[in-house]
Amino acid sequence: MEPVRIIEGAVSVLDRNDVDTDQIIPKQFLKRVERTGFGEFLFYDWAKQPGWDLPSNPILAAGRNFGCGSSREHAPWALEDYGFRAIVAPSFADIFYSNCTKIGLLPVVLPEPEVRELMAARHARIDLEEQEISFAGRQVQFDIDAEIARRLLEGLDDIGVTLRQQEAIDRYERDRERGGPVTTRL
Amino acid sequence: MPKSLFDKIWEAHEVAESLLYVDLHLVHEVTSPQAFESLRLAGRKVRRTDRTLATADHNVPTDGSSAAAHIRDRLSRVQVETLERNCREFGVPVYSIGSERQGIVHVIGPELGVTQPGMTIVCGDSHTSTHGAFGALAFGIGTSEVEHVLATQTLQQRKPRSLRIRYEGELGHGVTAKDLILGTIGRIGVDGGVGHVIEYAGPPIERLSMEGRMTVCNMTIEGGGRAGMIAPDDATFAWVEGRPAAPDPLPLDEWSALRTDDGASFDREVVIDASELSPQVTWGTTPGMVVDVTGAVPDPDGEGDERALEYMALVPGTAMQEIPLDRVFIGSCTNSRIGDLREAAEVVRGRSVASSVNAMVVPGSQQVKAQAESEGLDQVFRDAGFDWRSAGCSMCLGMNPDIAAPGERVASTSNRNFEGRQGRGARSHLVSPKMAAAAAIEGHFVDIRDWEG
Repeated sequence: MEPVRIIEGAVSVLDRNDVDTDQIIPKQFLKRVERTGFGEFLFYDWAKQPGWDLPSNPILAAGRNFGCGSSREHAPWALEDYGFRAIVAPSFADIFYSNCTKIGLLPVVLPEPEVRELMAARHARIDLEEQEISFAGRQVQFDIDAEIARRLLEGLDDIGVTLRQQEAIDRYERDRERGGPVTTRL
Repeated sequence: MPKSLFDKIWEAHEVAESLLYVDLHLVHEVTSPQAFESLRLAGRKVRRTDRTLATADHNVPTDGSSAAAHIRDRLSRVQVETLERNCREFGVPVYSIGSERQGIVHVIGPELGVTQPGMTIVCGDSHTSTHGAFGALAFGIGTSEVEHVLATQTLQQRKPRSLRIRYEGELGHGVTAKDLILGTIGRIGVDGGVGHVIEYAGPPIERLSMEGRMTVCNMTIEGGGRAGMIAPDDATFAWVEGRPAAPDPLPLDEWSALRTDDGASFDREVVIDASELSPQVTWGTTPGMVVDVTGAVPDPDGEGDERALEYMALVPGTAMQEIPLDRVFIGSCTNSRIGDLREAAEVVRGRSVASSVNAMVVPGSQQVKAQAESEGLDQVFRDAGFDWRSAGCSMCLGMNPDIAAPGERVASTSNRNFEGRQGRGARSHLVSPKMAAAAAIEGHFVDIRDWEG
């Protein structure tokens, strides 16, 4: 994963609440076995509707509960492939939020009035290290889990990080594992 | 200090701070190919093939095809064949098309007894919350996390907050687990559970069958919850006992001790009077846009509602029972188990599907299908004019040939009424199996409580 530090540029606006991952990337595009090439199918059905305007910019500002529904990581893949580097919203669905952080697409939670102002500002600069977003001449702080921020800033591979704790995993399995189902003996 | 069911399972699985051990990893064809590919590129193996189980469900045609090679859609075929190849290469057990154990991943886990109390269970699918019905901590993950679990059998997780939803009173006659969870989502909102693991508790939950509990936990994600759980009890133990992967004897002392202790604290608590709930029908494009079957399409409250009304082609004030239907779908990981099919069959028996309606029943697994057929339920449905299909996700999400046409209005026992979910332009109304069955007969929704057929 590429390190994430400063994201700056124009802001695309999707002023809707509860945008679900079925809209972000409809099911017919989940049949691909690759990780790339989803950007052209982003918001496939909505993009055909009159008045749709979602240019490819570094920052997307959206409504509450963004990314609800299915766990498909194809949704962050599509957003990232389309060109977004950060999504700013009043809240995110849990799995979507986690999926974004795994691929270096920065989710930023701001109070709803701030998101409204960002939507109006149309240009912003996000500094992950300072946990600060600047727009319309103001600086607004945002919260992010320290561990998630560290991984994004350093561009760490999660599996590589966990494998450093391999001994702890081995020990856990030796000491604490219960009987449990054995799928290979069914 | 008194602990909750969630606390106990979390603590028992912390390998290190924020590193959670995974007891069971369920895998399906849609969210796993990129994970296996990355493992291959990094030269990594699956750490615990004996704690991993795969099946094909999302892409599977429900026409009874017996091999992946028979899938006509090329991309679907490649995806299922890729799953089979990956599982062979990495040594993961798989029940693919043609296996008598194939089925929707959240149906076969409990059915095989691999879903057990006290476990941590993950799958690259948001409806993994289903397994929480057994007193397990179960939740959906994305493909990067699927790869992480395959490689390490752990997940990096901060402990979510906790929410207990306690039900009082009693569910009325004809009001089911599906109505209970739809009514709950209507009250807490589609983001009401975000960041929380939800424990469902109280006498109405204890009285539910295991199938009903799975329906409730299944739709936790539609209320934004990270996971849904129900304390294991005698009903749970009776379900697990004797299944292929069940321990013999059952560790009843250990499992009984999982229950939330008296005085355990939760970050939030919600109380709902179950006796206030009626059969529910969704009118809009999120599961939270829901009303009593006796109600009407509401006036829009905001731009989201207006867009939903337009998409659903509904006018505020229209009685829900006057909305004509084109299709009925009984199936999905929410409502395709034998108990669901028995309930629907009871409604259908001796009656006929309305001539304007195309109705189908899709059992959740090959085992459910076989059981239903041994009870003659397939004949009950067929005699009434239902299409009796083979196991898979089917029209819940339209990744296979079961798709509703643009503009078609569907009464569906599935979990999501999102725009385009069941087919581009299709209009979905979520209901219980009984309500779907009665709607198929009448061609519109009816109040199952006073319906005489």
